[in-house]
Amino acid sequence: MIAKDEQPRARLLLSLLTLAASVPALADWRETLNMPVGVTEVSREIHALHMTIFWICVAIGVVVFSVMIYSLIAHRKSRGHQAAHFHESTAVEIAWTVVPALILIAMAVPATKAMIKLYDTSDADLDVLVTGYQWKWQYEYLGHGVSFMSELATPESQIYGAEEKSEHYLQEVNNPLVIPVGAKVRFLLTAKDVIHAWWVPAFGVKKDAIPGFVNETWARVEVPGTYRGECAELCGRGHAFMPIVVKAVPQAEFDQWLAAKKREAEELKALTAKTFTMEELMARGEEVYNRSCAACHQVNGEGIPGIFPPMKGSTIATGPLSGHLDIVVNGKPGTAMQAFGQQLSEVDLAAVITYERNAFGNDTGDVVQPLDVYNFKQGQ
Amino acid sequence: MAHGPAKGIKRWLFTTNHKDIGTLYLWFSFAMFLVGGLFAMIIRAELFQPGMQLVTPEFFNQMTTMHGLVMVFGAIMPAFVGLANWMIPLMIGAPDMALPRMNNLSFWILPFAFLILVATLFMEGGGPNFGWTFYAPLSTTYAPDSVNYFIFAIHLMGASSIMGAINIIATVLNMRAPGMTLMKMPLFVWTWLITAFLLLAVMPVLAGAVTMMLMDINFGTSFFDAAGGGDPVLFQHIFWFFGHPEVYIIILPAFGVISAIIPTFSRKPLFGYSSMVYATAAIAFLSFIVWAHHMFTVGMPLAGELYFMYATMLIAVPTGVKVFNWITTMFRGAISFETPMLFAIAFVILFTIGGFTGLMLAIAPSDIQYHDSYFVVAHFHYVMVAGAVFSGTAAVYYWLPKWCGRMYNETMGKLHFWIAFIGFNIAFFPQHFLGLAGMPRRYADYALQFADWNMVSSIGAFIYGAAQILFLYNVIATIVAGKPVKEAKVWEGAEGLEWTVPTPAPYHTFATPPAVK
Ligand code: HEC
Ligand code: HEM
Ligand SMILES: [Cu+2]
Ligand SMILES: [Cu+2]
Repeated sequence: MIAKDEQPRARLLLSLLTLAASVPALADWRETLNMPVGVTEVSREIHALHMTIFWICVAIGVVVFSVMIYSLIAHRKSRGHQAAHFHESTAVEIAWTVVPALILIAMAVPATKAMIKLYDTSDADLDVLVTGYQWKWQYEYLGHGVSFMSELATPESQIYGAEEKSEHYLQEVNNPLVIPVGAKVRFLLTAKDVIHAWWVPAFGVKKDAIPGFVNETWARVEVPGTYRGECAELCGRGHAFMPIVVKAVPQAEFDQWLAAKKREAEELKALTAKTFTMEELMARGEEVYNRSCAACHQVNGEGIPGIFPPMKGSTIATGPLSGHLDIVVNGKPGTAMQAFGQQLSEVDLAAVITYERNAFGNDTGDVVQPLDVYNFKQGQ
Repeated sequence: MAHGPAKGIKRWLFTTNHKDIGTLYLWFSFAMFLVGGLFAMIIRAELFQPGMQLVTPEFFNQMTTMHGLVMVFGAIMPAFVGLANWMIPLMIGAPDMALPRMNNLSFWILPFAFLILVATLFMEGGGPNFGWTFYAPLSTTYAPDSVNYFIFAIHLMGASSIMGAINIIATVLNMRAPGMTLMKMPLFVWTWLITAFLLLAVMPVLAGAVTMMLMDINFGTSFFDAAGGGDPVLFQHIFWFFGHPEVYIIILPAFGVISAIIPTFSRKPLFGYSSMVYATAAIAFLSFIVWAHHMFTVGMPLAGELYFMYATMLIAVPTGVKVFNWITTMFRGAISFETPMLFAIAFVILFTIGGFTGLMLAIAPSDIQYHDSYFVVAHFHYVMVAGAVFSGTAAVYYWLPKWCGRMYNETMGKLHFWIAFIGFNIAFFPQHFLGLAGMPRRYADYALQFADWNMVSSIGAFIYGAAQILFLYNVIATIVAGKPVKEAKVWEGAEGLEWTVPTPAPYHTFATPPAVK
């Protein structure tokens, strides 16, 4: 790949050079022109349909534009061409209605077959519930008790140009989805706030995640690897910042990974009973805050006027603890403030609440322990 | 009855003259084109490089939304209503529009509607940021407060469009000169007649959609909120039941313009006039039964996906007929390349490319990949910019001498054309690549592999934007100091009643109906 971060002028020169198809860059450059083939049967069929319809269009285009260009050259007034006066021909007109119709019918057959396959979500080996939030994904391995959030890992400093952009800029996450190669994985998609869409081009999978409804799609990945995708439905300010990363690994490796995740979940649960110091909670809380809350309330806690309230001096974040617990755990229905009770562990909830109550000059001195959060949840 | 226009500002405020109102519409449309264009330049400047440089993501979303709304409802639709006002009475031999006072009202609503819409940008929480397709619940529960003003503005635009449509239908059906039978009407009149019926059918649907939003936001209903028993996908069905016919509302009058210009500069009658009329009617009918091709990823049942795929593929047939007819009109003509013809030829080529990508998008399994990517953005800019906007530009060059009695500068016109044509293609062709390579639309920032084509696209967009300044200069220079033309028939090959009235067209024409052979 070409270096990505020069000054505009240099970059312009580079793209012009690429345009001129400089030989070493050619291979790279061609990859950016067409749909990649993908690593599932469905994605290959989609690619084949795409190429078929593309060549059909090219063929029609060549015929039509040749006639047109021929006329534009041969039938110019400046060449002294005299206009003919014909203005209809039933036979020709019927022909160019019927022929395209026949081509389309021929095209509809494979398209129908592919569509039927795409919709066949039966007999899955693994079910993953994918939940879209503003602006992150949650993956839950149904029946395995494993669930985690997957959020953008690219730091703001790269986005705002303070730091060099890394190779997978905006296409990297903290916790990728891991699935086994060769198994039929069914994705159940839903959302908790607005509509998102889960798109992994290499799988030929794109499906809307709609609040209140569950959609289904599936993939059987054939090649191990890391596959990157994006949210494809406008979902607010973080729309471009909620990528998807899927690691497809051999079954054995997947089983190990899943077992480790289960252990991790149990360990996290065990932490609920532990008592933390203020410093520990503040450090952990800052991390959680910057990852899960700063997109709206901003790193400096000042929010965005008129859209996202500030944490700095907020009556809730400096008022009674129960109100603060309530809004973070349960969210506020009908607003962008989500229920974090199911997204974050007790420890993280305790940490972030402690952080909000003491950072940004809030200085309430309150310390919230995981057990407090646990009791609050139980008491509801 | 006055014989000339009133003096000063009153002429424009109170005018009921179809030519004055046409002029108002056209200038308004051009002003909105510049405003919408400014928004586009902001978008392309931000996307010039990866990373956020100029605006925040929330402002970026407001720009994409406002750009779409202003271009569709403020620039393209009023441009063709302006052309209809100017040309339909002249083409059918009528003294004016059937409902001149309503005509005044339907225009003067528009500046207020757009003032309200653009003002939302300065409100707390910002303007609409949910895309020109404003899907719920992003546009309801999660919308900024200004959404109420947006809804009001949409209502105003809808009212204006409906009045305009009624006026056009009444004019065409009642005010044709004796002998001007329906099947003798110029295609521009035909396409507008059909468009007007489309408008009447779907603008109320749009009004319904925004009213349901208003209720959800302010009065506790849950049309689009699953928590209250509603359905967010319902919104999309309603929106696209309006939205797909809307794209034909935009393109059909453009077809009409092209069907006037190509015969003129080919010096040969339009090929297949009656099949053109039938194809237009077929497209209009089909446009009502294909809407969910915008929704192949929402999780419709398989049968729904297949039905909407087949129906959408069908629409390519009458569209193809149109293209074939235009090309056959040129075939064995005596072609010359004045500016309007250049834009018309570019229209045929680029619209056809847009039609091809439309056909690709119609293939539902492939659309799973294309949907909501830059491929769709490329598609609709080929049909809406190279389609509707190029045809509007062609129309202005074509009829400007008739309107103001002065000829534009041909060299400048051609220069404008080439800059616009090249700029447009540099801006939008690479977007096909971006979409296929996996870049979603409405992204404020993007991964590095998309950097090169985005930069190329931005450069093209700036070129295309700059071309519009030249256009503005050309038009003003023509009106102020163009070479006077006297012949009634400005173009050698032109046919039709509009070329029988003196040049410039007098304030009142066809006070007595002309004889139509
Ligand atoms: C998607 C945007 C978003 C994210 C992410 C978010 N919030 Fe909020 N938050 C909001 C909005 C909007 C409100 C205002 C709700 C209302 O209308 O009362 C809010 C309100 C609050 C309030 C009450 C503030 C007040 O003074 O009214 C607290 C406390 C809060 N959020 C904490 C958090 C915490 C902790 C996190 C991270 C774990 C978080 N928020 C993440 C959008 C968000
Ligand atoms: C051959 C005829 C055409 C076909 C088959 C066709 C097909 C399609 C399809 C299937 C989509 C949805 C793509 C997606 O979102 O995944 C689409 C989008 C679109 N088309 Fe076309 N189209 C055609 C002509 C036109 C014309 C003439 C116009 C307008 C002048 C137009 C304007 C649009 C617009 C604006 C969108 C995108 C809307 C949005 O999501 O913002 N199309 N087209
Ligand atoms: Cu999104
Ligand atoms: Cu459509």
